[in-house]
Amino acid sequence: MSARVDVRKTYKLYIGGKFPRSESGRSYEVMAAPSGRRATPRFLANAAMGSRKDARDAVVAARKAQPGWAGATAYNRGQVLYRVAEVMEGRRAQLVQDVRDSEGLTPTRAEAVVSAAIDRWVWYAGWSDKYPQVLGGLNPVAGPYFDISAPEPTGVVAVLAPQSSSLLGLVSVVAPVVVSGNTCVVLASEERPLPAIDLAECLATSDVPGGVVNVVTGRTAEVAPWLASHRDVNAIDLTGAAGADGVVWGDLELAAADNLKRVLRPGGSGAEAVEPDFEATPDLSRLTAFLETKTVWHPKGR
Amino acid sequence: MPDPSDLSTPSPAAVCVYGDMVPFAREVIGDRAVNIAAVATAFPSGRASRAVKLADTRDAVANGADEIDMVIDRGAFLAGDYLGVFREIAETKEACGDARLKVIMETGELVTYDNVRRASWLSMLAGGDFIKTSTGKISPAATLPVTLVMLEAVRDWRDATGEQVGVKPAGGIRTSKDAIKFLVTVSEVAGEEWLTNEWFRFGASSLLNDLVLQRQKMTTGAYSGADYVADDAPSGY
Repeated sequence: MSARVDVRKTYKLYIGGKFPRSESGRSYEVMAAPSGRRATPRFLANAAMGSRKDARDAVVAARKAQPGWAGATAYNRGQVLYRVAEVMEGRRAQLVQDVRDSEGLTPTRAEAVVSAAIDRWVWYAGWSDKYPQVLGGLNPVAGPYFDISAPEPTGVVAVLAPQSSSLLGLVSVVAPVVVSGNTCVVLASEERPLPAIDLAECLATSDVPGGVVNVVTGRTAEVAPWLASHRDVNAIDLTGAAGADGVVWGDLELAAADNLKRVLRPGGSGAEAVEPDFEATPDLSRLTAFLETKTVWHPKGR
Repeated sequence: MPDPSDLSTPSPAAVCVYGDMVPFAREVIGDRAVNIAAVATAFPSGRASRAVKLADTRDAVANGADEIDMVIDRGAFLAGDYLGVFREIAETKEACGDARLKVIMETGELVTYDNVRRASWLSMLAGGDFIKTSTGKISPAATLPVTLVMLEAVRDWRDATGEQVGVKPAGGIRTSKDAIKFLVTVSEVAGEEWLTNEWFRFGASSLLNDLVLQRQKMTTGAYSGADYVADDAPSGY
């Protein structure tokens, strides 16, 4: 009997609920992170090298999906996002393997990271029908009005995913964006993109509508400026500028200012960007960074 | 003025309105070099008696329309009443006076390419100045193969008679990239003489927005968005 031929996965982009190759036709080699005694880099896979046009297509998909996603009830969004965590649990083996290879972790550590990532997703999913209660409310005003403030999603958010923390970090930046009804275009970690495509497969097989999360893999320095300057993007999370080759986050912030995007700066101080510790207990700051406040004055008799 | 932020943007060849809106369109357009086309003959269904259709046409012309867009009676055409369709087009052409007549065949309802070819030929025999695919109200509207058939028809018509007839695909062409494919087809099939807005046009409500977006991208270097163009794009015309 002849040896069985490997059936290996083609890692593609995730745009509008589909998995296209890059329109540019390019791909790049993804290597395993060095670990243990192994000295020479080990080839993992070819990932699609997304172009500015892929990013543009992703923005179009995100824009199209945004009103529907924001219009879903908070309860429904919470249920749908919880379902993602369920699917991640079902794909645990693959996630562990890719996190292990990408980040050079021991099996035990990789298991712990994947567990933390799934728990993080559940934590944010739970906020979908709670954050409006915490962040909105009745305002006391000196007049015969009910005055109500309610948080609303910002719109389409470009997310530079963390370069090091390829799954826990990714979940920690994507979940808070979409839970409130934003849609996003995620630029995956340049050197560690495989867990991002795994997550995309989880999203595609749960009930998240196509276009809510779009994942582009490729060179951060090449694609990020196009997202930063894109007029149809409402906000940008620069977290992944930390440790990205050839990326000056100040330039991206400058480009983003052109159409008054909301900008979430990367961690660290000054020009030096530092990737945050995603193992730390999260708070609502990433969620609130991509919200607008709508205030309604409603007259009442007196 | 398709893009108020860039006055160098060329204007469309014509704007297309209902017959009673022609005076209003004239007021808005002023003396700019943009024709006013009016839809007539019970657009978009084409369901009215001959007398009403002709009156509709004369009314639009009297209101000052430069061009008339008529729809053929698809029911009659599909039933094989070619003479009836021919007469209706010919009478409408007469009612147009100096206005150019575009004949909308609503190719999405003609079922076969043979029918498209036949309807094209019929329209040209009856005196149509332009053959146009669709009202934009039904789907499918303008497809590339249908447009190819029509371009072959006008090419053959000119070979046979020496008269040039215009072609207008309308509806369903939404991006500049699509438009380029059509323009290449025009050049390859009919020839370069058709590559002016006198002889080839797009029904362009949504295409125009995309073109403006592309121009803005070329000017600013950043991808633009729908917030920066007119948000009024139903399909069609």
